[in-house]
Amino acid sequence: MTTEPDRSAGAAEQRGAATATAPPEDPPPADRPAVASAGRPKVGMADLIFKNLTRTAGLGLLALIVVIAVFLVLHATDALSANTGNFLTTEEWSPNASPPKFGVAATLYGTVVSAAVAMIIAVPVAVGIALFITVYAPRQLSSFLGYIVDLLAAVPSVVYGLWGLLVLAPHMKGIQLWLNDYFGWIPLFDADSVGRSLFVASVVLAIMILPIVAALSREVFLQVPIAHREAALALGATRWEMIRVAVLPYGKPGVISASMLGLGRAMGETIAVALVLPASFDISAHILEPAGNTIAANVANGWGEANEIGRGALIASGLVLFVVTMIVNIIARAIVARRREFSGSAA
Amino acid sequence: MATRIDVTGLTAYYGKFKAVADVNLTIEPKNVTAFIGPSGCGKSTVLRTLNRMHEVLPGARVEGKVLLDGEDLYGAGTDPVNVRRTVGMVFQRPNPFPTMSIYENVIAGLKLNGVRKKALLDERVEESLRGANLWEEVKDRLGRPGAGLSGGQQQRLCIARAIAVEPQVLLMDEPCSALDPISTLAIEDLITKLKSSFTIVIVTHNMQQASRVSDTTAFFSLEKTGDPGRLVEFDKTSKIFTNPTEKRTEDYVSGRFG
Repeated sequence: MTTEPDRSAGAAEQRGAATATAPPEDPPPADRPAVASAGRPKVGMADLIFKNLTRTAGLGLLALIVVIAVFLVLHATDALSANTGNFLTTEEWSPNASPPKFGVAATLYGTVVSAAVAMIIAVPVAVGIALFITVYAPRQLSSFLGYIVDLLAAVPSVVYGLWGLLVLAPHMKGIQLWLNDYFGWIPLFDADSVGRSLFVASVVLAIMILPIVAALSREVFLQVPIAHREAALALGATRWEMIRVAVLPYGKPGVISASMLGLGRAMGETIAVALVLPASFDISAHILEPAGNTIAANVANGWGEANEIGRGALIASGLVLFVVTMIVNIIARAIVARRREFSGSAA
Repeated sequence: MATRIDVTGLTAYYGKFKAVADVNLTIEPKNVTAFIGPSGCGKSTVLRTLNRMHEVLPGARVEGKVLLDGEDLYGAGTDPVNVRRTVGMVFQRPNPFPTMSIYENVIAGLKLNGVRKKALLDERVEESLRGANLWEEVKDRLGRPGAGLSGGQQQRLCIARAIAVEPQVLLMDEPCSALDPISTLAIEDLITKLKSSFTIVIVTHNMQQASRVSDTTAFFSLEKTGDPGRLVEFDKTSKIFTNPTEKRTEDYVSGRFG
């Protein structure tokens, strides 16, 4: 559901390919094969085992993705054929009624909007944290903070979600009213009343994904060669200019990848969002109003009381989430690949 | 354009470690000055104090005075950013910005100075690349990544980038140590040509190079590991290499160092 299977599959594949194409060490010349191969039998064997291990891992991951997709499709077909609404455009979700009528429009909208707003909040803050740690902070503070961020990133995000839910969400009313007062002229922030809204869910999601995006971005910025940073400084760049000229462009692909991991988490997040949102099925541009639902939250809320058609419907919505995640990843990879020759990997 | 540099009582530290002590020398304008000496003698450190790049490293600091045409680089009101715009630098390993094209690399410094006019930028790109003897090789592919050039071309691109902002002094920290002999020769020719416009200071491990390109030579050395490096002798290159005053200089330039 996150970008992880896709990425690691690619990586494993590449590794497999690299192993496969790498020339075997010291290929025995044809005229004295016995001596040469008898001299170093272990190397060939280890190589072969490793090659097959990596290949199996790579293919296994691809197979897993296919199996998941097939599973989702198989379990969704019955429900989809019984559906009296259009699965993609219907906002209503009544799969347990007879006749069943349901569609992912509202939950898909909620998923995409809450994840997108969460990214807009979290990514700049995460990049700021990473830049402070890698560029601005004095050395000792920097390694201490780096350690802390890595530690925070290792904590399951639901912990932050619960904190956001229990501590932060009750205090969100003021911020929402403020946004509504001053930016109400933007339809997005226009609201008749504020409450447990998509915006609150987004803030909770932002908190959940912040540590992982910050930790990965820090890792990326640490990779910027000192030579590039010094090159910028020697041209008379200030520290911020150095960041703009040398650090950010070099780190961009990595930050995009980090953001995609965060986005995957945000779109797949279940419990925290299910607890925030009132689980209403409507599409509204007013993200401060108490309304909304996401695919993942809907699965968590609805699974227990669903009948067979209901479960099929939820699985079908899972399939949509699966496809959306893939599309987002493909777009992100395309963005990264667009200027690959300028990525610094050639240097 | 070119400027005279007076160094007095310069001592540089890395944290508590005194890397080089009490250096006094005067670098004449439109001259090539070579810094030579064994590894660890502090010649690169001294070079980096001349544009305040030394202090970029954590814990590094400098005592003493460096006067650029009489103005103290380490004076209270002096901004290191301005110093670096006046004193350009070329590094040991070619370091063009990998995310930028050849064109963008050359104008990187100009853009930092706020130059935006396309016509002016175009003009300066050609001028700088011609100045760095690179124009003919890259004029048809200015939009290609700078990192795609050969090592020697990359180093000339870095020189073009450094001279594009029209500094008064050009510092070169072993600019040829990562290059093959042909690229090295290209850079040496370039140094001789650039001398007419800039004051050049070059650190080199290659004594033939020092004797080929420089007018004056500073020989640095250290007593033993852990001691700070010191300036042993500073004189005309011809004198340093043929008839040095100090025994240690003679031993070093004749290869009997040790």
